[in-house]
Amino acid sequence: MAETLDKVDVVTVGVGWTGGIVAAEAAKAGLSVVGLERGKNRGTEDYQHVHDEYRYAIRYELMQDTSKETITFRNTRDERALPMRRMGSFLLGENVGGAGTHWNGQTWRFLPYDFEIRSLTEERYGEDKLGDDKGYRWQDWGITYDELEPYFTQFDLTIGLAGEENPLGGSRSEPFPTPPMIETPMLKLFKDAANGMGLHAHMMPSANMTQQYTNPDGQTLQPCQYCAFCERFACEYDAKSSPETTVIPTALETGNFDIRTQANVVEVLTDEDDDSLVSGVRYIDTLSGEEFIQPADIVVLNSYVFNNYKLLRVSDIGEQYDPETEEGTLGRNYGYQTFGGARGFFDTQFNTFMGAGALGAGLDDYNGDEFDHSDLDFLHGGNIAVTQTGSRPIATNITRPDTPSWGAEFKKETIENYTRTIRVQGQCATTPHKDNYLDIDEDYTDAYGLPLVQLTYNFTDSDRVRTKYLADRCGEILEEMGANEIVVDEEIGDYDIVPYQSTHNTGGTVMGDDPETSVVNNWMQHWDRDNLFVVGAGNFPHNSGYNPTSTVGALAYRCAEGVITYSEDGGRLED
Amino acid sequence: MSKDEKRFSRRDFLKTTGVATGGILGGSLLGGFIGYNFDQSPPATEPETAEHGEEASGGDNHHTGYLFFTKHSDRETIEAAMERIFPEDDLGPGAAALGAAYFLDGQLAGDYGSNTKEYMQGPFYEGSATQGYQSRLNRREYFTLGILKLNEVANEEHDADFRALEPEQMDEILTLFQEGEVDMGVPAHTATAPEFFGLLRTATLEGVYSDPIYRGNRGMEGWKMKNFPGHQMAYIEQIDDGEFHEIDPQSVAEGH
Ligand SMILES: Cc1cc2nc3c(=O)[nH]c(=O)nc-3n(C[C@H](O)[C@H](O)[C@H](O)COP(=O)(O)OP(=O)(O)OC[C@H]3O[C@@H](n4cnc5c(N)ncnc54)[C@H](O)[C@@H]3O)c2cc1C
Ligand code: SF4
Repeated sequence: MAETLDKVDVVTVGVGWTGGIVAAEAAKAGLSVVGLERGKNRGTEDYQHVHDEYRYAIRYELMQDTSKETITFRNTRDERALPMRRMGSFLLGENVGGAGTHWNGQTWRFLPYDFEIRSLTEERYGEDKLGDDKGYRWQDWGITYDELEPYFTQFDLTIGLAGEENPLGGSRSEPFPTPPMIETPMLKLFKDAANGMGLHAHMMPSANMTQQYTNPDGQTLQPCQYCAFCERFACEYDAKSSPETTVIPTALETGNFDIRTQANVVEVLTDEDDDSLVSGVRYIDTLSGEEFIQPADIVVLNSYVFNNYKLLRVSDIGEQYDPETEEGTLGRNYGYQTFGGARGFFDTQFNTFMGAGALGAGLDDYNGDEFDHSDLDFLHGGNIAVTQTGSRPIATNITRPDTPSWGAEFKKETIENYTRTIRVQGQCATTPHKDNYLDIDEDYTDAYGLPLVQLTYNFTDSDRVRTKYLADRCGEILEEMGANEIVVDEEIGDYDIVPYQSTHNTGGTVMGDDPETSVVNNWMQHWDRDNLFVVGAGNFPHNSGYNPTSTVGALAYRCAEGVITYSEDGGRLED
Repeated sequence: MSKDEKRFSRRDFLKTTGVATGGILGGSLLGGFIGYNFDQSPPATEPETAEHGEEASGGDNHHTGYLFFTKHSDRETIEAAMERIFPEDDLGPGAAALGAAYFLDGQLAGDYGSNTKEYMQGPFYEGSATQGYQSRLNRREYFTLGILKLNEVANEEHDADFRALEPEQMDEILTLFQEGEVDMGVPAHTATAPEFFGLLRTATLEGVYSDPIYRGNRGMEGWKMKNFPGHQMAYIEQIDDGEFHEIDPQSVAEGH
């Protein structure tokens, strides 16, 4: 029998970026908040011995324990979905801070085009361009860039974003809070070459600090030391904005926030008397095995794309998407990210082993609708960038395409190439497709007896040509950079769950202004349950040509405002 | 520039961040730094105290006992195969001299060997390549089977155990594994030769390039060949330099 605890105003499921933001804002507004986090507590004092590639980057020390919970995967519906037995393609977060502990901090705002992609495409190219007949499901987000702008700014200020004006991005109401990262020789080479071609390269927006910075909540971050152990690692200096260096302490300092760790939520409880409400959550203490019910006036799901979907599904909230009939919305529009780039080989040696998570330069000339798509078989594009995140030796073994993958030649080439190549890479949007979706698995369960999430996903034809188009552009830039030899990526094949690509999963609980095609409204309020909010990259109806977290942060701030408004007035927020 | 000058000390950190003057960092962070001994002088390239013993230097650990293997011949088989994957040459030592087999021995004895953080619930089916590892075997079992098969094939082809073969013969056999020409004697969803080869290749690179606290990368010679400096506190002083830096590597154990 589950023990029922005292009711609180707000419960957040998961304490990463989204959970931390909602907790901080709600607690500052005087609401009592409990954060339930399945993992353990951790903070900067745990990060003093992290310069260990094997433990942290290869064996995923800071990330999800997939022996307890994972997903199943297949490319197409006619295949049998099988468990992702170890992580590869993406690295799910666990423990306080979530994936925000070990992110890079590359913090790009999505483009104005993204939020109105359907309307703007139709306007410029006509409806046929959208490819509805090919199963593509581009849809507007139910919000505009201008409406989201204040929340983007709020996130930028919280994290002390370091950057340089992007001539092509959406407009900013405030300048970058801190100056850009240091321009290294590799980055300068890229910027000069690209700008010489008439493109608009600039330093990447970075959540690695460039100076000491105190945010509006009074949290102080320290300057980045370019230690080169950043993504997949945690920062020993408090120099990378993360939930545990910003929003979590802010929430805790109010005295209104209580984090309960090793608390794995297994159900959102529905209200017996009122089918427009939820009443709290049920969770398992992963140490004692005991079950608890945490009643709350407002429940916010902050447990990332897969578990936000899963908790709704196992709690029977909303209607599961069916790819055959396209009825139901829960699970639809799952999306991801592709990478198309080129590698240049140089005689010069670069200090590739030095770096920082968000040290890079990028350009948006081939992103969004910045270029004419009339004669192209795809929409959107991607941000092209060079990053210098610190190459490490186990993971970095670069050869030319026909070099053997082991033996004397392999050794020689990988050692030589370690400091002598530069990759220019496009980070591409993906097209939502009616056959790409989340469901639950019938054969495999997690450690608590719940079904695993089942992912059906493959790249679409438009993803393949878009990615190749970007790769070719990267090759052109490398030529201008003076590479001796350039290897341009081949067209991408089927989506493969094994090699790391990015932790930029999207969709499944999408936002919108139409309950027929979305799960939440533009306050991240569930269409069926007024006091239930669901926030994260799962809200994206498609993925853009950028990393997600700036937009995730903006949506979380908007969600937090929605939570506070709801706590005062109740009811539907879209009205 | 001497090593001392290049080293980023705790004092430098405090200076750069303004902590020393502002006292802004919380106790937790400073507490965490104590373990690092940033301001030890001279830096801990030599053992600082007797209690660390002779193994403390740079985390270099040449222990050669077995945590997983039960006989020399198994370690020698793995070592011989790893040496072919990452051979000694004019650039420097190969996987054998770097201790990669001892690295693997230690790893097989722990979480890696028993797939502790991986989803190992059945049912097990052979998947498509894009679905990844689907074997019911953990890595200990996989390597045990692999060693057996390396010797079996060596005996079939050359009448000798794998570790006794000529380098070219070893390469031939490893290629058979890589290309799936070896029957592992179990269903494909249990184990395949290319998957074993993949595990072995990855373990070799890990053994050659991991921090020496894991018993491979002896003398940090793997890192030196590649010019990877290992654990350094900061590159903020050099990051914008046009010139290329060769920096003496340090283990993460440095300063313990
Ligand atoms: C290596 C890496 C590098 C990255 N780099 C970048 C980058 O440069 N730029 C960028 O924009 N993005 C980057 N990302 C992505 C970024 O980290 C995420 O977008 C962001 O952290 C997501 O925040 P979230 O709150 O939505 O989810 P998470 O951070 O995943 O937090 C979810 C939390 O919920 C908890 N949880 C899940 N299920 C339950 C349950 N049932 N009960 C209780 N708790 C639960 C989890 O343990 C976790 O702590 C990177 C990610 C990785 C892994
Ligand atoms: S690169 Fe900078 S922000 Fe990243 S972990 Fe190192 S010091 Fe921290």
